[in-house]
Amino acid sequence: MAHFDAIIIGAGMSGLAAGIRAAYYEKKVCILERHYTIGGLNSFYRLRKRDYDVGLHAVTNYTPKGTKHGPLARLLRQLRFRWDEFDLAQQNYSAVQFPDKQLRFSNDLELLRSEVAREYPDQIDNFERLLTELIDYDDLAPEHFDIDTREWLSEIISDPQLVEMILCPVMWYGNAREHDMDLGQFCIMFRSLFLEGFARPFEGVRLILRKLVKKFRELGGELKLRHGVSQIEVENGTATGVVLDDGTQITADAILSSAGAVETMHLCGQEDSTVTKTVGQMSFIESVASLDCEPKDLGHDATIIFFNDSDTFHWERPHDSLCDLRTGVICTPNNYQYDPSHGPLPDGVMRITAIADYDQWNSLSESEYQSAKTEWQQRAIDSAIRFVPDYQPQIIDTDMFTPTTIRKFTWHDNGAVYGATKKWFSGQSNVKNLYLCGTDQGYVGIIGSIVSGIMIANQYVLQ
Amino acid sequence: MTPAEIRDAITDILATIAPDDNVEEIRDDVEFREQLELDSMDFLDIVMELRKRFRIQVPEEDYPQLVSMSSTVAYLEPRMNEH
Repeated sequence: MAHFDAIIIGAGMSGLAAGIRAAYYEKKVCILERHYTIGGLNSFYRLRKRDYDVGLHAVTNYTPKGTKHGPLARLLRQLRFRWDEFDLAQQNYSAVQFPDKQLRFSNDLELLRSEVAREYPDQIDNFERLLTELIDYDDLAPEHFDIDTREWLSEIISDPQLVEMILCPVMWYGNAREHDMDLGQFCIMFRSLFLEGFARPFEGVRLILRKLVKKFRELGGELKLRHGVSQIEVENGTATGVVLDDGTQITADAILSSAGAVETMHLCGQEDSTVTKTVGQMSFIESVASLDCEPKDLGHDATIIFFNDSDTFHWERPHDSLCDLRTGVICTPNNYQYDPSHGPLPDGVMRITAIADYDQWNSLSESEYQSAKTEWQQRAIDSAIRFVPDYQPQIIDTDMFTPTTIRKFTWHDNGAVYGATKKWFSGQSNVKNLYLCGTDQGYVGIIGSIVSGIMIANQYVLQ
Repeated sequence: MTPAEIRDAITDILATIAPDDNVEEIRDDVEFREQLELDSMDFLDIVMELRKRFRIQVPEEDYPQLVSMSSTVAYLEPRMNEH
């Protein structure tokens, strides 16, 4: 029976990063991935000769070359990458759009400051106070972590609409809970969006994944695709190994799982209602349209638009329809400041993301599912073009994913992109020698997941 | 190894840990963290690199000895030459 120092479940960002750390320091490590490709929640594919990213809108946490602090600088050092290797191009600018109000922001905080002063002149001092609070906030002070953000924010910002406008993009990019957000998560996300910023590699997420895999393999790590873990073996409260879908057994001193907290518990054969009830409910559809022109030729030069069509932002799973189109995200990968040597992207691209309900999508028959996809793709576009120029005449190809697509390729319950509503910051599970990394450890997004893998490997595989 | 060789070896480790920093300009008597702003995760990497490259185990109580180039060379010299 094969034995490893560490087994890692899942070849997404966190699993690959954890694997690199372990392999770099000469641990015998194996990453097991059920899918036939890498990436997990941030994967990529090719369809009708076009390249698509699955999750990536933006790499958040952007900081310029030479920055010493922050998650990006830290992960580059820890994984031994040079800053240039991720080929990060900054966004043009992004915007939060509500009825009659627009707040633009970029990787320079001054733009957001001036936008708040313009739209909400009586709130600018309060906004400055908010920034001070967030800069001073200690991520690791657990006593504040579970505070509800809406109320906390309302004590600083007295205009309820501005509170909603701030919450909208922050929740969109990483809130697993419905309705409200844990303050700790809010602070992490606020910083990653507004104090750091958005960027994208010209080639998209595949560039980062390719670098991670190459490094992992060069260091002697084993990556096994199409090797799903069906069971984690636990003896007397200690994880000892895994059983694969084909029945093969592999043992290890430590097991790191990026499968999700509830999903990992199920792999252990455990039923703990306090864990099960934290399963995430937030899932999405995404419609990707390829255009025969650059979106900027239609007058659209924003990178990402977070829209909401009323004064209140509703972050909740829809109960009486397949999707909720009151709010959404419009992402335009063309609108990054790529190095001119790359030339333009092959096509114009508009991606629309909307909230969707896994259970309802999952209950459809195959023919109902196909017609629902067509219907909701159109409705998502109709919703989005309230906020951006109508790009429909320029569409040359489309694709769409739904909550069931996410479930199918990531095995995350409910297709919950941001995982469980309770995070496991220590990485320690209820089972000895079994650790959680990735989305349910608590850091989301591409940079967050990579940092998660590094931290958990450092703490539990290398020490 | 001579002190100069040990210094080169440490410079090489620092260049590995902080590839965007100019480690050639490190001043020997100034703490690393003032010049390279290493955080605790990076510091641990110095310890692990020493283990990986030279099979030297630095116990946790000795970590304060690794604050600057000169103190690190002084600490490592007898240990490097035991082998």
